[in-house]
Amino acid sequence: MIPSDSQTSQARPGALVAGAPASDSKVSTSSTSAALPSSSLASQARPGARAAVGPAAVGPSSDSKVSTSSISAALPFGATGDGSASATRITPGNALRPEDIALAARTGAAKPGNDVAEYALRLGDDALVLAQRLGHWISRGPELEEDVALGNIALDQLGHARSFLTYAGSAWGKTEDDLAYFRREPEFRSAHLFEQPNGDFAATIARQFIASHYQYELYRRLAQSADATLAAIAAKAVKEVDYHRDHSSQWVLRLAGGTEESRRRMSAALDLVWPYVGELFDDDALTARLDGTAVAPSSLRADFDDLTGAVLAEAELAVPDVPRAPGGGRAGRHSEHLGYLLAEMQVLAREHPGAGW
Amino acid sequence: MAQDLQSAGPDEAGQAYFDRIMAEDSRIEPRDWMPEAYRRTLVRQISQHAHSEIIGMQPEANWITRAPSLKRKAILMAKVQDEAGHGLYLYSAAETLGTSRDEMMDALIAGKARYSSIFNYPAVTWADMGAIGWLVDGAAICNQVPLCRASYGPYGRAMVRVCKEESFHQRQGFEILLELAHGTEAQKEMAQDAVNRWYAPALMMFGPPDDDSPNSKQSMAWNIKRFSNDELRSRFVGMMAEQVKVLGLSLPDPEVRFNEDTGKWEHGPLDWEEFKEVLAGRGPCNAQRLERRREAHENGAWVREAAAAYAAKQAAKRASTAADDLDVRKVA
Amino acid sequence: MVEKSMTPGRDTAAAGGTTAPAAPVPESAPEHTSGLPPQRHGWPLWEVFVRSSRGLSHVHAGSLHAPDAEMALRNARDLYTRRNEGVSIWVVPAEAIAASDPDSKGSFFESPQGKDYRHATYYTKSEGVKHL
Ligand SMILES: [Fe+2]
Ligand SMILES: [Fe+2]
Ligand SMILES: [Fe+2]
Repeated sequence: MIPSDSQTSQARPGALVAGAPASDSKVSTSSTSAALPSSSLASQARPGARAAVGPAAVGPSSDSKVSTSSISAALPFGATGDGSASATRITPGNALRPEDIALAARTGAAKPGNDVAEYALRLGDDALVLAQRLGHWISRGPELEEDVALGNIALDQLGHARSFLTYAGSAWGKTEDDLAYFRREPEFRSAHLFEQPNGDFAATIARQFIASHYQYELYRRLAQSADATLAAIAAKAVKEVDYHRDHSSQWVLRLAGGTEESRRRMSAALDLVWPYVGELFDDDALTARLDGTAVAPSSLRADFDDLTGAVLAEAELAVPDVPRAPGGGRAGRHSEHLGYLLAEMQVLAREHPGAGW
Repeated sequence: MAQDLQSAGPDEAGQAYFDRIMAEDSRIEPRDWMPEAYRRTLVRQISQHAHSEIIGMQPEANWITRAPSLKRKAILMAKVQDEAGHGLYLYSAAETLGTSRDEMMDALIAGKARYSSIFNYPAVTWADMGAIGWLVDGAAICNQVPLCRASYGPYGRAMVRVCKEESFHQRQGFEILLELAHGTEAQKEMAQDAVNRWYAPALMMFGPPDDDSPNSKQSMAWNIKRFSNDELRSRFVGMMAEQVKVLGLSLPDPEVRFNEDTGKWEHGPLDWEEFKEVLAGRGPCNAQRLERRREAHENGAWVREAAAAYAAKQAAKRASTAADDLDVRKVA
Repeated sequence: MVEKSMTPGRDTAAAGGTTAPAAPVPESAPEHTSGLPPQRHGWPLWEVFVRSSRGLSHVHAGSLHAPDAEMALRNARDLYTRRNEGVSIWVVPAEAIAASDPDSKGSFFESPQGKDYRHATYYTKSEGVKHL
């Protein structure tokens, strides 16, 4: 007889799909995504067009990155598509992790001087405080899909924080956790923007909109830093915050162009956080001393204004005309909000000083 | 509608086909004919399962902001986020049976739907993150691995994805306990206390004893359920009895033993009265859990509406642009 | 031999499709003409297809809700590729998928049955001939 058919549960997209999805290319090349260069997703926004390209899309199989995770090895579920096509094959991927940085520091392969460490501390604290804020959204998002999206962003930020803090700490014989859990409020170097409360979803999006555009411009340049570790952390991070930028821009457009209520909320949220934009671009003695290693914050402002301005224009929102707040985070002077955030974050670790977890 | 009336009547050919699928242990797919009771059972089970994932996020999300190390914070965040995904996969599977996520979510918020009663217990210490991962996710995995072969295709496929993701959940919980058990005296105490509190509720996750589980038989005949509640519970106890030794902790049950005659693991009596009380809404956290879900859902309403309104406007804009283009072509 | 699934890759709420006649619509949802559950908030259902690595087909990964195609792609990225499951994603509105009719089990897939000569294994006399 005919060898038993392997079609059982194969998904054969295309075969039965009547027409490509209605996703219009005009939408995905709106000024928003046009303004986002290396957005890998934008290039996949038109599956129909992709499929038509045919052979051009077929490259050498990148299967050398074999999934060796114990997870897939432990479970008897095979691939379900044609050949090895599968939608559930998982791999840990390959990227710079905080553990790698700690190892490099221990072996003396990469150890920052005091100024570089101080600078890394700023970037790490920004990301840590933001991750702490975003982590609160998980299980509280406006829809389950958004729980997952905000969770991903929080995890990216936490990853950046861990890398920067690990590197900073290596200058002083401290771990990421020593720095995160056992510094007092005035020792934190984060800018005020990041500690602003979550507020409603619009407030979180407004804060994300500013944070991601700022971090994108920063990491894009920092990837060229004379300090190889900072450059490596930034090179990984820039790709992730590029997506954060896209995520927040998409929501700014939707909230501004959605209902009357959402427009009112989006506009109010931008007014609420825009005063904290100014501080992000302040140069000081440390960034001046680190010329070539750090990025001069003021040098990011023009691009930040251009790109955020383009999105706001598309959303038919004005750039908020609000006075800037004085800031002071880089010098350890914080708003009323950080104390609570740290109290919550540090309470358990401080209850058990010296304990391992 | 006419179609519905047609399909409402008995369908002998459909039933015969369905019976053959069951006999051959094959899979039913969404558009196949299926008995109404089968459909209802699946909707109930899959939606309860989805609700459990979503409500189950809360006790652990409660500790994300207080996780005692950044590594643990990342792991916990990823884990709780996974549970949102699991809920989502399962709601999608239930949707293939004709019940919308909205309907299911509304039933949950209205207190009309059930979810695993274990999530109505409070997570009061960090060690609870360990005990939940090890015992609660552990019990869930025991339950879920056989469900990968459930006769309803979309359910089985959702479970394959869920099980792959779950495998790190139990390990991270185990390792939290392992660290604590080898930590300070206070940490060790915290770990034992958490195991003591979560052990019995975890065993009860497998459902009532077989002689008090009226629906089990039918579910097994339908190839939805593959093993009985007691069978799975006994297997689970056996695994925990071994693993707890590695932890250097103990199970709060002196009657756990392997019965040579039956070849099965046995455990002490469980308080099924408490189980029923909690399931009926009288547990420590029932009201709190539902309130939190309701709050998130209602606070998100304006966001969902905004995105829908924006999509509608964009679609209208595209349609009118396309019409303009057409006019231009006609003129030219 | 078991008749294989009549709905390859289709496990969606919209499996009824817009073209399928007499798809069994559950009692609980008699109003779903298209087989789609009502979405009060207007976030439709999308089907997600993931290409796990270059050179392989996109495979159905699951479903999600999203207000539009752009958000559906992003949600799919966040939901279905968190563990490097893919290098490319398609999203398709569930209601845009037309599926074969499960009631035509007997006839729709009968033709290929028994046409052994379409398969190399039919040609036994040439067995053992090298490079053939
Ligand atoms: Fe789960
Ligand atoms: Fe709703
Ligand atoms: Fe889990």
